[in-house]
Amino acid sequence: MEAGDRTLQVLEVCEASEEIKGVIVTTEEDSNTNSPPLASCRSTTKTSQDDNWGETTTAITGTSEHSLSQEDIVRITKDLEDSVGLNCRRYLTRILAVILGVLVLLTPLAFLVLPHLLWPDKLQKCGTACEGLYISIAFKLLILLLAVWGLFFRPPRASLPRVFAFRALLSVLVLLFVISYWLFYAVRILEAQDADYQGIVQYAVSLVDALLFIHYLAVVLLELRQLQPCFSVCVTRSTDGETRHYNLGQLSIQQAALAIIEHYYSDFPVHNPALLSASKSRAAKHLAGLKVYNVDGPGPGNNPAAGLAHSQSRAMIAAAARRRDTSHNELYYEEAEHERRVRKRKARLVVAVEEAFTHIKRMQEEEQKKSPGDVMDPREAAQAIFPSMARALQKYLRTTKQQHCHSMESIQQHLAFCITNNMTPKAFLESYLTPGPTLQYSRDRWLARQWTLISEASVTSGLRDGTVFLLKCVDFSLVIAAKKIPFVQMSEEYIDPKSHKFVLRLQSETSV
Amino acid sequence: MSFVPGQPVTAVVERIEIQKLSQGPNLVLGFCIGGGIDQDPGQNPFSDDKADKGIYVTRVSPGGPADVAGLKIGDKIMQVNGWDMTVVTHDQARKKLTKKNEHVVRLLVTRKTLEEAVKQSMSRPGPS
Repeated sequence: MEAGDRTLQVLEVCEASEEIKGVIVTTEEDSNTNSPPLASCRSTTKTSQDDNWGETTTAITGTSEHSLSQEDIVRITKDLEDSVGLNCRRYLTRILAVILGVLVLLTPLAFLVLPHLLWPDKLQKCGTACEGLYISIAFKLLILLLAVWGLFFRPPRASLPRVFAFRALLSVLVLLFVISYWLFYAVRILEAQDADYQGIVQYAVSLVDALLFIHYLAVVLLELRQLQPCFSVCVTRSTDGETRHYNLGQLSIQQAALAIIEHYYSDFPVHNPALLSASKSRAAKHLAGLKVYNVDGPGPGNNPAAGLAHSQSRAMIAAAARRRDTSHNELYYEEAEHERRVRKRKARLVVAVEEAFTHIKRMQEEEQKKSPGDVMDPREAAQAIFPSMARALQKYLRTTKQQHCHSMESIQQHLAFCITNNMTPKAFLESYLTPGPTLQYSRDRWLARQWTLISEASVTSGLRDGTVFLLKCVDFSLVIAAKKIPFVQMSEEYIDPKSHKFVLRLQSETSV
Repeated sequence: MSFVPGQPVTAVVERIEIQKLSQGPNLVLGFCIGGGIDQDPGQNPFSDDKADKGIYVTRVSPGGPADVAGLKIGDKIMQVNGWDMTVVTHDQARKKLTKKNEHVVRLLVTRKTLEEAVKQSMSRPGPS
């Protein structure tokens, strides 16, 4: 095979029939993926495998004009999912909800109107009581409409992996209910052409009453039940160990995950992968310190490979324990040095910012006669004073490894914001000195579309004592462990207000 | 009972003899003491002079040996079995009172009413 050959061929020699099968993966040059003739003209027949096969072949996965590579396929499915799939599901639930709502709203009206349309002459006149019921139906329908709008037509917070069980249950219940009422109506009223109009109106009123009660049930199941705190969950970030505790009610695992993600965005400091590099390099140094050689050669055991690995790791652990490791010294001095450097940079930064802020002040009324060239709006003011503090700020951010979290544009925007709202230099610096919650930073750090829920129990099952699940994001994962809040038994003790009597006591008193 | 530095302390004292009562493994006297040179004299409610660091009786259990012998609350103990109690620490005072091999303690105590009684009897005209 020529070394300059850019096709990869795998030849299988079939002894019986001298057939040569070739599999070719093409490069940019070649265009057709299926071209057996290409293989056959370069084949070496009937001999054993080329000994140099491993060294001289090149494996190239690329794309040609007519074929799709694996990467493209993955990218297209991802785009599809992102744009069409999820939206499709969201719109589907919306549409179903709207259909159900319209059905629910129009059913009582239909019950009232159909007798007038179908058998107007047979119908009894609607008396005063009946007309009173019209008012009642009207207002109850209005209340129902507002209640449904308030509870169900809120902007969705998230798209969860599985269907929300209670919501599905309720919509099925409503559907069944309305269908059964329609059935009864169709059979007993439409077919029999019942003349008693008041009875029909009362029937419609009872439907609306029952719908209001179902709505009450919906409020209790969807909103009220999860308010009472029942579990204390401990959320830990896997990369740097940030831990928070929250109290949650009785929720399904996916809803608990959603609540925790919303808390995450406001409570946890932003994830900064640059801070983890030090520990990774230390870990690498630990591993690189020892090399294990096996001088006995492969032994006569039935799985020598496994036994070898086992004994190797044991030997490494034992040797590492015995070795006098001085890496703790390095860590200590490095951290002390880093601390000092950060403090020095911080001092320079604070001084620079304070000095920069003294260069501008708000324009007073009497100074309005100044020429318009001198008057600046906040953005221009920020741009004017930014250069004097830019260097100090940049150096500080670099020392604390935060420079990729803040862009120049965002810093200037923040400066303009602080100037507009009369903030002091200390207030301006606060967002750079301590890492804030994730939402404070730019959109591409939010990673809101990339959470994966990993759980051993089904995600629609409820939280239980000892439930553990993971929320994986791109660089890190949140480990969540739930514990039940204990049942509190409180007892009462009555103190008579007259029993508060006191005597003087010397500093120390001994009884003899 | 006021203490003038450099001058010997003079006081009118009463001699009280208390028999210790054995309660189980302990011998009790039935009263509580407070004060001492290592304590805060300002917190003593029974002393006139708030700089007085002597040992005072703060509680007497009713019906106990001290009560029977006539010890009163607020008494200042000057001597216990010959040992001085005016310049001792609280713990030293406790030790002198609770020696296990002694069954009787002889106290010299002073109180304000004693001085007044002496003054009154001195100011009364003598028996004619």
